[in-house]
Amino acid sequence: MEYNRTELLICSAARLVEDNCTAFIGTGIPMLAASLAQKLYAPNLIPIFEFGGTGALLVRLPRAVGESRTFYRAVAASGICDIIETAQRGFVDYGFLGGAQIDPYGNLNSTCIGGEHDHPKVRLPGSGGGNDVGSHCWRTIILMQHEKRRFLPKVDFITTPGYLTGPGAREAAGLPRGTGPYRVVTSLAIMGFHPESKRMMLLKVQPGVTVEQVVENTGFELIIPDHVEENEPPTVEELRVLREEVDPEHIYI
Amino acid sequence: MQVLESGIGELLQPYSMEEFREWNRTQKPRGFVDKLMSEQEAIARFVHDGDYIGKELYGTCRAPMSLARELVRQGKKHLRAVGQGVLELDLWVAAGLIDAMDITYHGLEVYGVSYALRRAAESGKLKLVEWSNGAITWRMKAAAMGVPFIPVKSMLGSDTFRYSAAKVVECPFTGEKVCLLPALVLDVALIHVHRADRYGNAQVEGISGFAFEMARAAKRVIISAEEIVDTEEIRKYPDRTTIPYYLVDAVVHAPFGSHPGEMVYRYERDEEHIRDYVQASQTEEGMKAYMDRYVYGVKNHQEYLELIGAERLEYLKRTCVGR
Repeated sequence: MEYNRTELLICSAARLVEDNCTAFIGTGIPMLAASLAQKLYAPNLIPIFEFGGTGALLVRLPRAVGESRTFYRAVAASGICDIIETAQRGFVDYGFLGGAQIDPYGNLNSTCIGGEHDHPKVRLPGSGGGNDVGSHCWRTIILMQHEKRRFLPKVDFITTPGYLTGPGAREAAGLPRGTGPYRVVTSLAIMGFHPESKRMMLLKVQPGVTVEQVVENTGFELIIPDHVEENEPPTVEELRVLREEVDPEHIYI
Repeated sequence: MQVLESGIGELLQPYSMEEFREWNRTQKPRGFVDKLMSEQEAIARFVHDGDYIGKELYGTCRAPMSLARELVRQGKKHLRAVGQGVLELDLWVAAGLIDAMDITYHGLEVYGVSYALRRAAESGKLKLVEWSNGAITWRMKAAAMGVPFIPVKSMLGSDTFRYSAAKVVECPFTGEKVCLLPALVLDVALIHVHRADRYGNAQVEGISGFAFEMARAAKRVIISAEEIVDTEEIRKYPDRTTIPYYLVDAVVHAPFGSHPGEMVYRYERDEEHIRDYVQASQTEEGMKAYMDRYVYGVKNHQEYLELIGAERLEYLKRTCVGR
């Protein structure tokens, strides 16, 4: 069955979350991944939205992190302090993040590109809840477009901390122990982080993609293990649910 | 307590908790005063040039859009803003009302980056100090608590910290590093709610966003409400009062006050209008044309609603999912 890059990204991410877990969901593709996961793999996934929605049934796709769909038939509707504090005291298992740039340690930029901070070449929206998610969630899953200009040795601005400068750096900065980036999902590959060096490591290539292609599109040296599996392509069932139930209004796909 | 690191961002709103207490003692009547007034009067009386302003919830969700448009019509100048926003911030930045912002997120959500922000920030016209969403709300929480700062574990190790006005210290109890956020006392806050009485007792349905914190962190609070109810109605459900009357300075009746944003359980967001807005906002000319039609082209919120049309508004009510 034919699928596009966005659909591949969503299906790959949806398979990563376990059932009976809490996941912090941001605007865009994470919402679709969470909704697909809830419908196929993790019926008891508790989506948490930063402005107060906890445990919504993602029957209709939210278009904003504060909108009514983020707490439709939810178990709780509180406010932003409660949500971020819940993450800060260790209750949020997964956090989904995106960004314009990423480096080998999973540091993310969604603030500005080029120039100076007070005179940037491109001004992006800023942290939003990104920094909070990346600081407090146990496992952060990053969804990105895989391009050389986005996978850089050094990001222009660390909006959200990954492993910062390497092993021990998060803890040295005062960030909670045992947290950090877990997976990076792109339309070319699924990557993790080396347990010792904390540098990004290739885990799986997407269907039909070669290791060389991944390397070519990555602006830093990626750790390549001896054996790299190919990720399963989106199934007919995943694509049907995604198109007919997750985003029937075609807001994102 | 030794300061280990300091952000290089400017503290845009210097504050004193003693002054804030004094303000709350002398400037906020405890009596039940009728505060119901027009949006023109509320903005004219309670927002001043140079003010530090905030709004809640969020440009497309329970947003005080009618007040935001009135602010543009009155052309208040040299404002500083707390910047978690979508459409309301966009209008203010595009109209050149804002000189500086404590920014967390300013974008168009599903529609991507804000063109108005890009034009203002990339030309260097708009001063930006960085924070996370959690951090900015905790800053208001500190003010709401009446304390000068609050320790948190966000922002550590990042450039978001470096370009903020926060500080890192060693915790005197545990020895770990913590980020200290300065309290944020706003000059004025605009908050849109489901219902309020004429004294300012305000009730919100659905998520409370940061209405609780912002209302308690501001010197002046303007409430716009979908519905004005008798105090008896408020007294039936006191557990729903997010904002009690003594925090509030003005109450404005604003049905569909969040349009083109949504109001949970009441009306859907106007997707068509938002798309047209996004399209228009891509250029300065487009933005000007939009503002000429929907902001400057109408005298008040009533005229704005007539321009949108009863049929459209009915449709947004009808398509609202409810509970």
